[in-house]
Amino acid sequence: MPEHHTAPLLEVAGLHKHFPIRGGLLTRRTGAVRAVDGVDFSIEAGRSLGLVGESGCGKSTTGRLVARLLEPTGGAVRYRGEDIAHASRRELAPVRAEIQMIFQDPYSSLNPRQTVGTIVGAPLAIRRTGTASARRARVRELLATVGLNPEHYNRFPHEFSGGQRQRIGIARALALEPKLIVADEPVSALDVSIQAQIVNLLQQVQRDLGIAFLFIAHDLAIVRHFSHRVAVMYLGRIVELADRAELYGDPRHPYTKALLSAVPEPDLGTGDGEAQGRNRIRLSGDVPTPVDPPSGCRFRTRCPSAQAICGTTEPPLLPVPTATGQHLVACHFAEPLPAAA
Amino acid sequence: MTPPSVQSGPFLSVRDLQVRFATEDGVVRAVDGLSFDLRRGQTLGIVGESGSGKSVTSLAVLGMHDRSRTTVTGRVTFDGTELIDATEKQLQSLRGNRIAMIFQDPLTALSPYYTIGAQIAETYRRHTGASRSAARARAVDLLGRVGIAAPGRRADDYPHEFSGGMRQRAMIAMSLVCDPDLLIADEPTTALDVTVQAQILDLLGDLQREFDTAIILITHDLGVVANTAHEVLVMYAGRAVEHGATQQVLTRPRHPYTEGLLRSVPRLHSDVDEPLVPIPGSPPSLLAVPAGCPFHPRCAHRERVPGDDCVTRRPALAEVGHAAACHLPEEPREVLAQQHLQP
Ligand SMILES: Nc1ncnc2c1ncn2[C@@H]1O[C@H](COP(=O)(O)OP(=O)(O)OP(=O)(O)O)[C@@H](O)[C@H]1O
Ligand SMILES: Nc1ncnc2c1ncn2[C@@H]1O[C@H](COP(=O)(O)OP(=O)(O)OP(=O)(O)O)[C@@H](O)[C@H]1O
Ligand code: SF4
Ligand SMILES: [Mg+2]
Ligand SMILES: [Mg+2]
Repeated sequence: MPEHHTAPLLEVAGLHKHFPIRGGLLTRRTGAVRAVDGVDFSIEAGRSLGLVGESGCGKSTTGRLVARLLEPTGGAVRYRGEDIAHASRRELAPVRAEIQMIFQDPYSSLNPRQTVGTIVGAPLAIRRTGTASARRARVRELLATVGLNPEHYNRFPHEFSGGQRQRIGIARALALEPKLIVADEPVSALDVSIQAQIVNLLQQVQRDLGIAFLFIAHDLAIVRHFSHRVAVMYLGRIVELADRAELYGDPRHPYTKALLSAVPEPDLGTGDGEAQGRNRIRLSGDVPTPVDPPSGCRFRTRCPSAQAICGTTEPPLLPVPTATGQHLVACHFAEPLPAAA
Repeated sequence: MTPPSVQSGPFLSVRDLQVRFATEDGVVRAVDGLSFDLRRGQTLGIVGESGSGKSVTSLAVLGMHDRSRTTVTGRVTFDGTELIDATEKQLQSLRGNRIAMIFQDPLTALSPYYTIGAQIAETYRRHTGASRSAARARAVDLLGRVGIAAPGRRADDYPHEFSGGMRQRAMIAMSLVCDPDLLIADEPTTALDVTVQAQILDLLGDLQREFDTAIILITHDLGVVANTAHEVLVMYAGRAVEHGATQQVLTRPRHPYTEGLLRSVPRLHSDVDEPLVPIPGSPPSLLAVPAGCPFHPRCAHRERVPGDDCVTRRPALAEVGHAAACHLPEEPREVLAQQHLQP
């Protein structure tokens, strides 16, 4: 296959993951949770794509599909140009070392019976990288990198706080110096100072080692800080994708606007226990389910700007004219209305 | 609507709480002399360093530590009942009923073997004796209120079929099922996007207004604290280092650690080319907490304190008003407030 050096490291096209639903008493298949339902994006080497969106919209599932911990029910996952969507365990082995995952749930992703040293060293041990004592030294170095003490080496996961466990997962993901890290809420369990430290660290390894990131997070300020481009997901689909400055400076999709309006900031609170009344756009209306998404635009049941066409026609993800031209939106009204005379 | 609450003594009072774990390497002093009060209808935000003892504190209030490996001393009084030496039976009748907990780890609270709906209904039945169908209806209602779509159908899902944020909301629903008088919420919204987060915080606010619930809200999200807590307690190395009214603490911090936290927060409008500003140095080992002020190895303001107090004397936290456990004299403290306000 001809190699373009501009070809993205990762390219996802028409990605689907439907989970079958068991039906009541009979275990017959009655439908499916359409967790990921037609997603396209790409990530270049050494760059980061932020992925944000409503809880349950399919972000973790997307991440797991990219890391091939799940097999898609449709679409392609091209890594270095090769479709790994249905690759076998053996075919995946070399790719596994290059794509690492930091898990959203630091509790269930760490084996409770292994010490921290064993957990972080596992990827090195499996590949027999260096001597045992070199590996131990490397693990200690990794622990220090993520701000843990060397004394933690022989402890078990239950002896750690939530944030400490998250850092164990980060150390493990960095062990093999991967090419792509799928980071699923990597810093949401951390206090803001350690969060800042880890974000700086991830940015540094990105620069030094050229690691690309799929960075899933709900903290929009962190995503803005970390990601070159940002995708916004809603109910299994991407509704907006743009360069960071575009997305935050000129959001076009009503869901993105609602998200940005709801970010709480520390110095804006009223301090009397009342939520800040700022211009938060409250989403009302029915929360749709991925089992049975609404017709037309999936956001229409809660969209403040929905019109008749939204119920009948699904808006495709299309470029909108902007300063940089790197802005895709799936909304019938993404372009500003011509100024009324 | 709300009955005028009689503002008598504190509803929850914690005095000189100490929690220690025996480990192979020595004794971990996870909580070391923590005191605070909480009245009905009020929210206390607890923020602080990862590993500073926030979750351990809440488990101690609920009497949930493994007593063979853990030493808990001090006093925790809930509505007149002493909790530290309460019997397991007493605690069990309070837990999940008058005192509810939203765990940081949803999988601690949810069993993988039962459906979400069955677990919530069971908690309700255990404490109220409601019928199966009433309990099921209650569970479905609450799942709807925490924003789970098609709650009647999703109630039959197992925890592994929920997303991270959905599991967290299922646990919130379970904690609210008996309209608790005291709710301890440990990072209740970490897995939630901001719109769902806002909805959950509104729901907790409604609960508080309706039942005069006292809430302890543990979070590292200072924006959430700013929006929901009446008072804030800042923890570092198992101790309270600052305590006061929310707005005071967040806009005029009096402790260098708090000031450092506020400076670490990325803002929606900050310069993305500038690296974030974490507090320098690393968190202390709880096996050997530094003498004097536990923050002194990382503190940028030590030189402003005359003598070697920072290294030798442990600064105390005054018990009233806006207080900081720090030896800094009044004047340089003003510098803190100004420093953090700089963009
Ligand atoms: N069972 C245990 N045995 C030994 N040490 C423990 C145990 N449980 C907790 N610790 C230690 O006690 C300290 C306080 O833990 P805790 O879970 O309260 O932290 P936290 O403030 O909730 O942090 P986070 O914000 O990361 O959740 C940590 O340093 C942790 O390593
Ligand atoms: N193994 C599974 N079986 C059935 N349904 C599943 C499974 N895993 C995920 N789902 C469903 O797929 C949808 C998307 O889940 P996913 O975990 O990808 O969401 P998410 O965007 O990561 O949400 P969050 O922000 O809450 O973590 C949800 O409705 C979830 O219940
Ligand atoms: S007591 Fe000293 S070392 Fe501690 S925070 Fe105050 S100035 Fe810094
Ligand atoms: Mg997720
Ligand atoms: Mg905790």
